[in-house]
Amino acid sequence: MFIDQSPRLPALPVSAGRYERAAPLRLRRLAALLGSGLIVGTVLFFLVLPTLLIVPMSLSQTDYLQFPPRGLTVDWYRRFFSDADWMAATWFSFKIAIATTLSATVVGTMTSLALVRGNLPFRNTLLAMSLGPMIVPHIVLGVALYLVFSPLQLTGSFTGFLVAHTVLAVPYVVITVSASLQRFDPTLELAALSCGANRAQAFFRIVLPNIAPGIFAASVFAFLASFDEATVAFFISDINGKSIGRKMFEDIDFNLTPVIAAASTTFVGLSLLLMALAHAFGQPNDGR
Amino acid sequence: MRQPQPFSRSLRLKGRPRARSMRSYAPAASWILIAPAMAILAIGFLYPLLRLIMLSLSAGPSATYGRLLREPLYATVLASSVVTAVSVTFACTVLGYPVALAMARLRKRAAALTTACVLIPLWTSVLIRSYAWIVLLQRNGLINSVLISEGLTQGPIKLLYTQGAVIVAMTHVLLPFAILPIFSTLRAVPNDYVRAAHSLGAGKIKAFFLVTLPLSLPGVFAGAILCFVLALGFYITPALVGGPESMMMASLIGQQTTVLLDWPFAAALSTVLLAITLLIVVAFRKSLSFSKGLSSVY
Repeated sequence: MFIDQSPRLPALPVSAGRYERAAPLRLRRLAALLGSGLIVGTVLFFLVLPTLLIVPMSLSQTDYLQFPPRGLTVDWYRRFFSDADWMAATWFSFKIAIATTLSATVVGTMTSLALVRGNLPFRNTLLAMSLGPMIVPHIVLGVALYLVFSPLQLTGSFTGFLVAHTVLAVPYVVITVSASLQRFDPTLELAALSCGANRAQAFFRIVLPNIAPGIFAASVFAFLASFDEATVAFFISDINGKSIGRKMFEDIDFNLTPVIAAASTTFVGLSLLLMALAHAFGQPNDGR
Repeated sequence: MRQPQPFSRSLRLKGRPRARSMRSYAPAASWILIAPAMAILAIGFLYPLLRLIMLSLSAGPSATYGRLLREPLYATVLASSVVTAVSVTFACTVLGYPVALAMARLRKRAAALTTACVLIPLWTSVLIRSYAWIVLLQRNGLINSVLISEGLTQGPIKLLYTQGAVIVAMTHVLLPFAILPIFSTLRAVPNDYVRAAHSLGAGKIKAFFLVTLPLSLPGVFAGAILCFVLALGFYITPALVGGPESMMMASLIGQQTTVLLDWPFAAALSTVLLAITLLIVVAFRKSLSFSKGLSSVY
């Protein structure tokens, strides 16, 4: 705006007119800013509110779900951590998620290397195949895996879950690691090769350190993809091997108590911690 | 995002074929690298889906697929799934666009805060978010108590286990999937274009509708397709917050397997859902670049 540079000018009628028009213009811009801020703020509130709501729920003294909560208690947390069923499911899921993280990160990183840097025919078909589990409805995959696992007695087993969750987590790893591989400048690797390094040395000393942040972020996604997964887990769990997703589903469906809120708060805290770690250590560092 | 740098042109001009081959791994090495993934996908993805399709045909197609066509109930469920998915997709796109625009346009700290608000729900379990919606929408839940204390209704109104509850909760679950692709295309629109529009006399609104919006449409489209496909096969949220009148495809499959134990028919329903999903994905594969949305924000 070129209007307000004229304090020294004599009070010409023209400039006065300009000032008069400027004020409503500024007001209109302020209103537009407030309006758009209000829209964005409302949507963000809608996004975050349900997640934040479970914290007060988990601390409420009443044993049915009530809002606002009355009184403060950590009783539900005590019950969650002392209940054998909850703890068995949590521990089972935790073991599966750790194993899935390892297998999906290694397998997915290798796949990304082959897809981004490799020399492969049918590259797009292979890419589509590795991302496929993300797009196929989880209920379809759940039913299909049950049909295969059930006669082999793999339902409710660690092996069964590891296979299923690795399949589900690999796409997240491929997407994240491929992105950081695409940011990596291959001439750096060529420089190492021309300095006498062999392929393996060049990979472990040049490529891997450069894509390490992406791999770390990918491993966090793989962990959460396994730990938070509920639909496939619903089908391949059984009485002896129940993942936390299946356990929560049953409890929400049949017996709504604030123990679920306590468990949820614990897991959301875990997710946020992992996301913060991924954010802190998983950032691509272009500066180096 | 920075594109991979084209391989140093000077080297190629000097005609050193070796340099080009050094840039990418040899075919044999590439196959070894991708083999474990293909093996596990064959065992845990392709083979089970194949078994599913075979089971749906095992009792003769007329017993399963014929029944699907004969009984009008199944067409109704498919139609209501599509209606729900379309509503959810529409809501996600309309609500997601302003947020994506804010993420792309705001200054650093405000943009980071907005991004966090989008990513926190994305990495919170779908179960936990559905549970939170039950808490909000139930008879003595937060929304009903606010409505009653404000005197807007006499008694509690039925919010949970309705079609509306399914749409609201699913919009909440899928909103990040709409926001991220829109954000990544918006971020790629150079600021100079908008400035050029301003210098040619376009106001803010005009510049937005003539420059920014058309350039971001690929992202809007990609996000919408992703939302639609995910919504169509969604199980957890409709199963927990929906009622019998808001039956979706996935709930029907769940009912066939857990209550009625009719596995061949469940397999046929699953095959139909799979086929519809794959058809949509293949038809729109050009505009669906999955890597776009998720990789642009860690």
